Amino acid sequence: MLTVGLDVGAESIKAVVLGDSGIAGYAVLEGQFELRKTCEEALSLALGRANASASDVSGLLSTGVGNKEAGYGDRAVTEVVADARGAVWLCPGARTAIDVGSEQARAIRCDGTGKVVSYGKNDKCAAGVGAFVEAMARALEIRIEDVGKLSLQSDRDISLDSNCVVFAETEVVSLIHARTSKADITRAIGDSIARRISSMVHRLGVEEQVIFFGGVAKNIGVVERLKHHLGKSIVVPEEPQIVTALGAALIARDQKGT
Amino acid sequence: MRPSSRATRKEPDITQPEFWRWKEYTWKSENGLAPDAVLTGGIDVGSVSSQAVVLADRQLYAFANLRTGADSSESSVRAMNAALDGTGLKLADIRYVVGSGYGRVNVPFAHKTITEITCHARGVNYLNPAVRTILDMGGQDFKANRCDAQGKVTQFLMNDKCAAGTGRSIEVIAQLIGIPITEVGPLSMTVETDPAPISSTCVIFAKSEVIDLLRRGWSKPEVLAAYFGALARRVSALIQRLGVAKEFAISGGIAKNIGVVTRIERELGVKAVSLGGTDPQIAGAIGAALLAHGLFAQSRSR
Repeated sequence: MLTVGLDVGAESIKAVVLGDSGIAGYAVLEGQFELRKTCEEALSLALGRANASASDVSGLLSTGVGNKEAGYGDRAVTEVVADARGAVWLCPGARTAIDVGSEQARAIRCDGTGKVVSYGKNDKCAAGVGAFVEAMARALEIRIEDVGKLSLQSDRDISLDSNCVVFAETEVVSLIHARTSKADITRAIGDSIARRISSMVHRLGVEEQVIFFGGVAKNIGVVERLKHHLGKSIVVPEEPQIVTALGAALIARDQKGT
Repeated sequence: MRPSSRATRKEPDITQPEFWRWKEYTWKSENGLAPDAVLTGGIDVGSVSSQAVVLADRQLYAFANLRTGADSSESSVRAMNAALDGTGLKLADIRYVVGSGYGRVNVPFAHKTITEITCHARGVNYLNPAVRTILDMGGQDFKANRCDAQGKVTQFLMNDKCAAGTGRSIEVIAQLIGIPITEVGPLSMTVETDPAPISSTCVIFAKSEVIDLLRRGWSKPEVLAAYFGALARRVSALIQRLGVAKEFAISGGIAKNIGVVTRIERELGVKAVSLGGTDPQIAGAIGAALLAHGLFAQSRSR
């Protein structure tokens, strides 16, 4: 049986095709000027990679902030529920799941079956989500992909005092003027976002194993600083962006009763 | 869903005019100076703007309103020099200087530093003694103060953690939609009825929302009305936690933005009283110079 999970995020669209032996194919696409069209593209790309066609799909569930606007609102599951299901399937020992995307951060305590025990989220403030890293990369004139790697070259603790992205931009410009190295600044950026994620997780209570995913988990600098602030080891899946879509596909399969 | 921020992710266009930039200016009294006049100074070094005020026997004699640079010490010197320029006065003629504002510890020629909360209340009281509730809207924060008949602060609340509702956020939006900062207020008043306020609190997310609204065909005045509506709501919530006692006044740079002031008045159901035509942005520096006058008199009587 094939089921599909579609995660329509603020920045990227993720589709996962789940077969009997696990993930059969997936796709991650950027762009959302034509949301519905991009979703369809992601779906057909993921199905193609699974050597399957739409007629083979016995169930589809959508999730993500844009699923209604994309027209998949009638077959939906919340991000938090999908996060927990996907996290525990990938890492059966996971009890704390942290998902940080471009505009939303969520921390979820879950049980061994992948059900949500409690959760917290931030979707009001860009500090502590991917948009923060993007704004900082722009201020530093480096690629967002390089922020994490560059930060590993520094072991200097300088801190960004601003809690707000708008103010942090000004602060980063002052640091550049003061000739602080870009490596040191990127380390401070990773530390700043990790501190915010960590305090969100601490409010829930941290239970091991911790799994961290979403686009921001691709930033190795944030991962390292988060390990430091949580004082725990952290599992990061190989493809951190597709966990929520995977969870949706798993729940679609659960609903079909297999 | 929250609209795409993709359009904001383009590289900044350095050839684009600086719509956020407001004009720096100075002012001088046309009255002559009494030979025995006591001159005192107030410097308010904010995060975005710096003001220097010179009082002669507690009367406004000269002031400058400039942008704060990267170095707040340098900005304070520049502001005081600008205020003194053309008056024939030197810094040494100023008997006592009080530094205030975010960068107050970096004013090299200040005899004393006093917080901008105290100074704004004192300055607003000087400009209109009937005021009991002050909203000070600055570049990187906003504060709600209650004060007594002498201009002493009795209560205050502030937001300085988040750019939403600050002058900086208006600069960001003005730049984004390409309207000079001094024109966004009047332009927002050209709409017949206000649309629903912007739903994002965070300025970064509001930028995406604004881009999306423009893409959907909203006019710039409509977008500004929606943005200022949200800003007024946020700021009013802070004042309402203190309670509004009459008279109510707004100080700081945003007090010059008719679009924001009108919507705060609507939200609170209270009119903001006039500060007598004096630039509301210099209220803090006036207060600092008045406090300097008092401190100088005290030091003399000892």
